[in-house]
Amino acid sequence: MNNIAVYLEIEEGIVADVSLELLTKGRSLAHQLKCKLEAIAIGSGLNNIAPQVFPYGVDILFLVDDKRLYPYTSMPHTSVLVKLFSEEKPQIALMGATSIGRDLGPRVSSALFSGLTADCTSLEIGDYEEKKEGKVFKNLLYQIRPAFGGNIVATIVNPEHRPQMATVREGVMKKEVFDKNHKGEIKKLDVKNYVPDTDFVVKVIERHMEKSKVNIKGSPIVISGGYGMGSRENFDLLFNFASVIGAEVGASRAAVDAGFADHERQIGQTGVTVRPKLYIACGISGQIQHIAGMQESSMIIAINNDPLAPINAIADYVITGNVEEVIPKMIKYYKKNSK
Amino acid sequence: MGLQIVVLAKQVPDTRNVGKDAMKADGTVNRAALPAIFNPEDLNALEQALRLKDKHEGSTVTILTMGPGRAAEIIRESLYRGADNGFLLTDRAFAGSDTLATSYAISCAIKNFPKVDLIICGRQAIDGDTAQVGPQVAQKLGLPQITYAEEILDLKKDVITVKRRLEKGVEVVEGKLPMVVTVNGSAPDCRPRNAKMVMKFKHAKTVSEKQEGNQDYTELFDTHPYLNITEWSVNDIKSDADWLGLKGSPTKVKTIESVVFQTKESKKLTADDFDIESLMRELIANHTIG
Ligand SMILES: Cc1cc2nc3c(=O)[nH]c(=O)nc-3n(C[C@H](O)[C@H](O)[C@H](O)COP(=O)(O)OP(=O)(O)OC[C@H]3O[C@@H](n4cnc5c(N)ncnc54)[C@H](O)[C@@H]3O)c2cc1C
Ligand SMILES: Nc1ncnc2c1ncn2[C@@H]1O[C@H](COP(=O)(O)O)[C@@H](O)[C@H]1O
Repeated sequence: MNNIAVYLEIEEGIVADVSLELLTKGRSLAHQLKCKLEAIAIGSGLNNIAPQVFPYGVDILFLVDDKRLYPYTSMPHTSVLVKLFSEEKPQIALMGATSIGRDLGPRVSSALFSGLTADCTSLEIGDYEEKKEGKVFKNLLYQIRPAFGGNIVATIVNPEHRPQMATVREGVMKKEVFDKNHKGEIKKLDVKNYVPDTDFVVKVIERHMEKSKVNIKGSPIVISGGYGMGSRENFDLLFNFASVIGAEVGASRAAVDAGFADHERQIGQTGVTVRPKLYIACGISGQIQHIAGMQESSMIIAINNDPLAPINAIADYVITGNVEEVIPKMIKYYKKNSK
Repeated sequence: MGLQIVVLAKQVPDTRNVGKDAMKADGTVNRAALPAIFNPEDLNALEQALRLKDKHEGSTVTILTMGPGRAAEIIRESLYRGADNGFLLTDRAFAGSDTLATSYAISCAIKNFPKVDLIICGRQAIDGDTAQVGPQVAQKLGLPQITYAEEILDLKKDVITVKRRLEKGVEVVEGKLPMVVTVNGSAPDCRPRNAKMVMKFKHAKTVSEKQEGNQDYTELFDTHPYLNITEWSVNDIKSDADWLGLKGSPTKVKTIESVVFQTKESKKLTADDFDIESLMRELIANHTIG
């Protein structure tokens, strides 16, 4: 009772990274709150879910298995969560800020009248004082998220209603195995008791999901290009550099919008969050929304022809110069000095 | 038989062009410095509604917006592009609403319409970026939903077929009306204003707007009743005060801070061969690369 619940997103039997990241966060919050971590898998053919999630510290895994529950549709998954949450009364419920989590979360929160904060970038535990009535609420979930296009950061709380619900984007939280031998308990729920037949009103008649080709999140070195790269052709310089040193190529939104790079490479508030060992920002000015997605990199090198570019303030090395000139030299001197 | 379509549209501050003067010294947002615009994805939603109206004779596209008086601007904007009429839900009682209280008020207003086949809204509003109001309205009305729509492919009798654009692919789904559909920015842009419609509706006003000026609109509005933009207050919808405004909002803002980044002591280098070579040597030596 009053545990932390994480909704698992599952595609072809594989639990999504974003869910594993939330389990990692959920595990540490559960530790702090001295409660259990629950995971909920709703879908079809779920026999392989337990070994995927138990290492992340799941204490109780709920399984609702039925052919009609995959692929995801809104109403049946909503019904399971609404009833299960009414029974289990979790204090916190987390899901990915993905097209599934952002379809499901609001519906569940509306049915339960519990607040939901979208796209949190940080989750913490803390107290809240309601000044007007002088009430103090202990151990609430601080749902921290950027607002107003990233120009401010707001901390949101849900003092009176449960569960406290939040969605988080992929890559924002770290994914870390808790204990590879950890085993939790499995509870199978009968779909009949949770989903009325009338929920199956929307049918998926065609579906093409692509596996992501790039893995910028997992790469120890990220070379990112911005609008200052000037063209898609110039981005080849970055791909070349990346293949030489074993890196992945990222991009700013301005570069993506200009068509220099594909959307899945976008880093920042509305793209992925990366925290590599080394981040090389090439022709990126360093607006708040971009920095939000890379500021935790261990080392940052900024290459920009403007000595006053904002990115320079957070960089360990500032190279003032043109990308067209600097990057070929980096490749050249890397090749000369390595081995 | 025509369709009764309601489009939910919101007026939002233009957060995409936040200049330096948009932030006050105390780190709060200076709303006055931001222009108010038609929420971009709501225009995509309007276009989908207008396309259905083009195909299904006798259909009506109604705009519903909740906001302050000046939000009537986006109703006029919709009329200029082909919408049939508009309703502005405005009252102090709605102030401080989070997405849940907003969707409650909107769902109560929708119940005022005798028949609704389709509710189309934007995926998300750029002020909050929450994407919650659409699904919450659907839940409150007990309707199914199709989110992330890129195109309404087909509508025959009461079966709607929709292409959804998701982050990792596309999906085609089918459902029965009545239904809530939320539309992505990747959907086709909204058609421009139509000159004839601009002429027809440029004097369209809410009651409050009529009272603002010292002009007498009585005759004009008597002969041209379509110019009335209906204003609804909390008394015009059946609702429970406990579910509205601040009271009806489970989420509270605890603190707001402006964003500050940790600045670092950085090493300054030039593009000279010497500088670049030293840097690469250093990175190799300390195993950052290689
Ligand atoms: C709600 C919202 C969400 C957003 N989300 C994101 C996000 O997730 N990610 C993101 O990146 N942005 C995001 N943005 C956009 C962000 O505000 C900036 O517009 C964007 O990051 C700017 O990209 P840029 O630095 O590549 O381009 P610019 O700001 O145009 O900077 C280009 C830089 O290149 C330099 N330059 C030019 N030519 C050269 C050259 N030859 N050699 C070296 N340097 C050169 C210039 O000096 C300049 O500093 C978001 C904005 C909003 C409102
Ligand atoms: N105050 C409002 N009035 C009318 N429609 C709204 C309002 N708030 C949100 N919506 C609709 O709900 C969508 C999602 O909004 P949001 O949940 O705020 O991101 C918007 O694109 C609008 O279509």
